[in-house]
Amino acid sequence: MTTVENSQDIIQSQSPWREAIRAFRQSWAGMLGIIILIAVILFTFAGPLFYPVDPFEIVWAPLTPPGESERAPLGTDYLGRDILAGLINGGPATLFVGLVAGIITITIGILVGAFAGFYRGIVDEFLMRVTEFFQVLPALLFAMVLVTLFTPTIYVVSLAIGIVSWPTTARLTRAEFLRIRNLEYVNAARSIGARNRRIIWRVILPNALAPLIVAATLTVGIAILFEAGLSFLGLGDPNVFSWGLMIGSGREYILDGWWVVTFPGFMIFLTVLGFSLVGDGLNDAFNPKLRER
Amino acid sequence: MTMTLLVARRLLHAFLLILAVLVLNFLLIHMAPGDPADVIAGEMGGATEEMLADIRKTYGLDKPVYVQLGVYLSRALQGDLGQSFFYNAPVLDLVVSRAGPTILLVATALLFAIFVGTFLGVLASHKPKGIVSGLVTLVSVIGYSAPIFWTGMMLVILFAWIYPIFPIANMYDITKSGGFFGRVVDILYHLVLPSLALGIVYLAQYARLTRASMLEILGSDYIRTARAKGVAEVKVYGHHALRNAVLPVVTIAGLQFGSIISGAVLVETVFSWPGLGTLAFDSILARDYPTILGILFFSSLLVIVANLITDFVYRLVDPRIRTGG
Repeated sequence: MTTVENSQDIIQSQSPWREAIRAFRQSWAGMLGIIILIAVILFTFAGPLFYPVDPFEIVWAPLTPPGESERAPLGTDYLGRDILAGLINGGPATLFVGLVAGIITITIGILVGAFAGFYRGIVDEFLMRVTEFFQVLPALLFAMVLVTLFTPTIYVVSLAIGIVSWPTTARLTRAEFLRIRNLEYVNAARSIGARNRRIIWRVILPNALAPLIVAATLTVGIAILFEAGLSFLGLGDPNVFSWGLMIGSGREYILDGWWVVTFPGFMIFLTVLGFSLVGDGLNDAFNPKLRER
Repeated sequence: MTMTLLVARRLLHAFLLILAVLVLNFLLIHMAPGDPADVIAGEMGGATEEMLADIRKTYGLDKPVYVQLGVYLSRALQGDLGQSFFYNAPVLDLVVSRAGPTILLVATALLFAIFVGTFLGVLASHKPKGIVSGLVTLVSVIGYSAPIFWTGMMLVILFAWIYPIFPIANMYDITKSGGFFGRVVDILYHLVLPSLALGIVYLAQYARLTRASMLEILGSDYIRTARAKGVAEVKVYGHHALRNAVLPVVTIAGLQFGSIISGAVLVETVFSWPGLGTLAFDSILARDYPTILGILFFSSLLVIVANLITDFVYRLVDPRIRTGG
């Protein structure tokens, strides 16, 4: 009995996923990214419990520099609203848009890319024309048009970001599929009679996952940057407090008060940094070639 | 496939893409809530009944949708992108007058990013655990994660307060004279910060990409063979590996042209650079739909042209594409 358990342990410890998790734990980038993300999430979700100030409330004189008033430790914006309260309360909306838009982007991208790269021929031709069409439209301008024509709620903003961002993922997926589809192990799977669906999702996709998982983590970061960009241009959801909104409304006052845009921008930077470091860590963890070095 | 046939095919392809963008514009006008005539006139324009009637007549808005599409396409292909009621000028004139500064900004930023990025990436791949590699990763990750308009604003704060050596707004100083040469120098001087803000994001990406693909390639068999043959390390990097490692950069740079234009919209807004981005920003504030759609169309056109160029560069770099299909 003991021997059987032991041999199972050995098999489990050799599985690539376990190896990857172990490698991820050893990657300083990945762990730092996780720590940053946890810190951001704690700050923004648990923050209101410790610092219950309404981000819309005017607490002190407009454009008070950081450290001058106890009521506003990080200063106030052009209306006299507390910047710290804004930082705490602006997080959830930004993270929400980033995650939802990221998921939409990745889903469309993988589906399109996998079918195009696997089936090639007419399917590839058609899907790549569509991808190419979406790719020639400058994403931000397209999203600006979509959001301007329709109401800028956070759902419309997320959807707009997803609709304009997927081509990169599709291209990446397709390239991976094209690279892998003729490799020996795929031919081997085909020769033992595996169906297309199995080859796509069980044989090729797992081998294409390393760059895709990295891309997925980065995509969430990009979506957050995207939301910030739209808000900066005044096209975010005006009813939801977000970091981008703070930058957008403080934009004209940067020479009167550097803190108005610097702090919310730094929060966005930290969050996106967290996601891209995790992406880096995953990249190291999934790529045995890199690991050996 | 002969070269002429190939070029013809690519041009036809580009033309179809242009048509598709126009169809999208048409759909967007009609999908927007409200009367298309109102959309065309712009909500802030305060269009009179007379103007609306005029628009309905010009675009055949009382006719079936496919007739409207036909009218729209034929007008657009003749260069009529509509009239901006906010600026009181034809959209095409507005867009063309603002395209130059945007192209200048984007091209400068892109070239800067490609050359410096590739170089840094190769340097980093040489010693994957070395100091340069760590530094590149650090700079890349920071450049990649910071919102582009925020980087721009930080540059504005830095160069307006702490070291006021570069201009932080506009494209040239109208008070300065000095002839053609003086004007060129002045524009380049104004170009430094915006193109730095725009380029650094892509520089970071290209450095990461080059590093990653170099590392993958350096682990491959043909490199091991080359090394076993005793090929000098410099040649292994410069000749054997870089040629393959640069392919993704070329592909991505070409495909990213649209995203660079998107970045330019933000950077132009920060630095009051008088290009398509500031025009887009102003027309969105004014809800001037014909101008916004005109910019979307024109910038897509720029991307299509850039893609054509990339395609040919790609063929030059990778002979396999030329022979294979």
